[in-house]
Amino acid sequence: MNIHEYQGKEVLREFGVKVPNGHVAYTVDEAVEAAEKLGTAVTVVKAQIHAGGRGKAGGVKVAKNLDEVRTYADEILGKTLVTHQTGPEGKEVKRLLIEEGCDIKKEYYIGVVLDRATSRVVMMASEEGGTEIEEVAAETPEKIFKEVIDPVVGLAPYQARRLAFNINIPDELVGKTVKFMTGLYEAFVAKDCSIAEINPLVTTGDGEVMALDAKLNFDDNALYRQSEITELRDLDEEDEKEIEASKYDLSYVALDGNIGCMVNGAGLAMSTMDIIKYFGGEPANFLDVGGGATAEKVTEAFKIILSDPNVKGIFVNIFGGIMKCDVIAEGVVEATKQVGLEIPLVVRLEGTNVDLGKKILNESGLNITSADSMADGAEKIVSMVK
Amino acid sequence: MGVYLNKDTKVIVQGITGGTARFHTKQMLEYGTKIVGGVTPKKGGTEVEGVPVYNTLQEAVNQTGATVSVIYVPAPFAADAIIEAVDAELDLVICITEHIPVLDMVKVRRYMEGKKTRLIGPNCPGVITADECKVGIMPGYIHKKGHIGVVSRSGTLTYEAVHQLSEAGYGQTTAVGIGGDPVNGTNFIDVLQAFNEDPETEAVIMIGEIGGTAEEEAAEWVKANMNKPVVGFIGGATAPPGKRMGHAGAIISGGKGTAAEKIRIMEESGIAVADTPAVIGETMIKVLQEKGLAEKCKTH
Repeated sequence: MNIHEYQGKEVLREFGVKVPNGHVAYTVDEAVEAAEKLGTAVTVVKAQIHAGGRGKAGGVKVAKNLDEVRTYADEILGKTLVTHQTGPEGKEVKRLLIEEGCDIKKEYYIGVVLDRATSRVVMMASEEGGTEIEEVAAETPEKIFKEVIDPVVGLAPYQARRLAFNINIPDELVGKTVKFMTGLYEAFVAKDCSIAEINPLVTTGDGEVMALDAKLNFDDNALYRQSEITELRDLDEEDEKEIEASKYDLSYVALDGNIGCMVNGAGLAMSTMDIIKYFGGEPANFLDVGGGATAEKVTEAFKIILSDPNVKGIFVNIFGGIMKCDVIAEGVVEATKQVGLEIPLVVRLEGTNVDLGKKILNESGLNITSADSMADGAEKIVSMVK
Repeated sequence: MGVYLNKDTKVIVQGITGGTARFHTKQMLEYGTKIVGGVTPKKGGTEVEGVPVYNTLQEAVNQTGATVSVIYVPAPFAADAIIEAVDAELDLVICITEHIPVLDMVKVRRYMEGKKTRLIGPNCPGVITADECKVGIMPGYIHKKGHIGVVSRSGTLTYEAVHQLSEAGYGQTTAVGIGGDPVNGTNFIDVLQAFNEDPETEAVIMIGEIGGTAEEEAAEWVKANMNKPVVGFIGGATAPPGKRMGHAGAIISGGKGTAAEKIRIMEESGIAVADTPAVIGETMIKVLQEKGLAEKCKTH
């Protein structure tokens, strides 16, 4: 799960991580009010969307007085920002962060991530702040420093110091940097983050070390024990079909193609997309109905697929293990009864209770094309949609 | 033969009184697996499918002499169940449970350092040695005894590959699901090594997916150490970057973990990679024919 920058900064503040003062604003008037409250000479107006690259897209402006705050807030609110992370359709700005300006001396990068190779949390730091870390990794990997963290000990102070020295933080600010890093790691663990990225971390003219930006992502599997984080979810930032799917514990990802897919198991679901593409088609979605799906859940899954206006055909590909084929068949029949089916449907069933599943489909009177294998099914749906 | 499990393996089910566990305990017993006990706190003294239930795993181990456990415990309690199995000094613990918070697994892995227990999973279909012992949730009937080892990050793709092999008359030794999570107990290399040392296994299918670099590392290992042919497949060639594709570990981040990169390194390492999941079996048979192993591996 993602949250906004301003929310991330509030979370970090609880852990003693220094961030600039700021307030969220939903309207132009609120933005001006927030700037008045801050009372600083320079105010930054920042678009709040769940995507990076906002500055380059015109979503971050520095205002020197309240009139400028009003002008920029008016300009950015409601604007659709297109960045390298939003896709070509962009994202509409509905919230602003009004923040105090600060006198930046130098920008750095700090990130906390899970390192799959060591099965540990790793803190990374670089002197090349403000740039995408992937770019730094590709061009000057020697400028990225890493500390692997033992979960029993936590981030040891010497590790934080070593990072600070490696990225050339001035000696007099090393103490503040260590405090910053320690708080950041504590927040990562306490809130079950999957990523905590501070880009840039800045040192300022008045001798502060603070997070100018904050990107926090959270482990979906841990949300059951993070009620405060769950409340920060912003549904405006998510795909409607993905929200609907999450209500039923369905794993759904919207894509650009026109062939809807319903599959059990993540690996098979991904491969079903691949094989559609292999035969010259374009998948409209990733959808894993999971192992323990009921007929009701399958019905909802089918409705979500059909709610996508781009979908011109559906491929159901099931290899039943835990999932029983008759349950899938019942769900498909029920869904088409409820919403109607005017596009081609190809079904491939294999595994647990396959004969029963096929019988239910045959007796339903629905116009269903059955397939003998995954390849057969993919070829059929691709040719029917063309 | 095969790896990790055989007809004599004694197995305990952790969380045996839950709905899914009950269903699969029955299925495993029907397959012939020696399920000798179950564990659910405060349900000690009861029975599930004729299997005695104990309050603690240690008690179950003491009473039955089991060396393997399988976990169906809900995600919030699964890490604790794994640690309990490690403390009971089991040889192997197979964790089926999905959705375990990843930081719980980081702690579990730290705790397991220097201990004797092997963990397979979490978020996996389990392990099956055909015709001998099934521990997990896979449909037993598709597996036929033979000479091909299978290791995979995906449950249903494993079924797909096994089904293709069995239909074509090529049985398997053991199929191992290592799971779709970013932090797991056993990786490709561990299983490839076990298959390399298993006298019954003649060739191996390795099924990976996008995310992480486990397949790349395994390919390097195969190139340097494996003396049996390996056939591969990678799921997720069309997955968009930055999106989690069902499995917590199946995500392309920062341009890393793409299918194209994995396939390139696997092919460079001498692994024959199937173009589509529909031809994993076919690709294996072709390789067996080239190596003169087809006749030996054709089992039915």
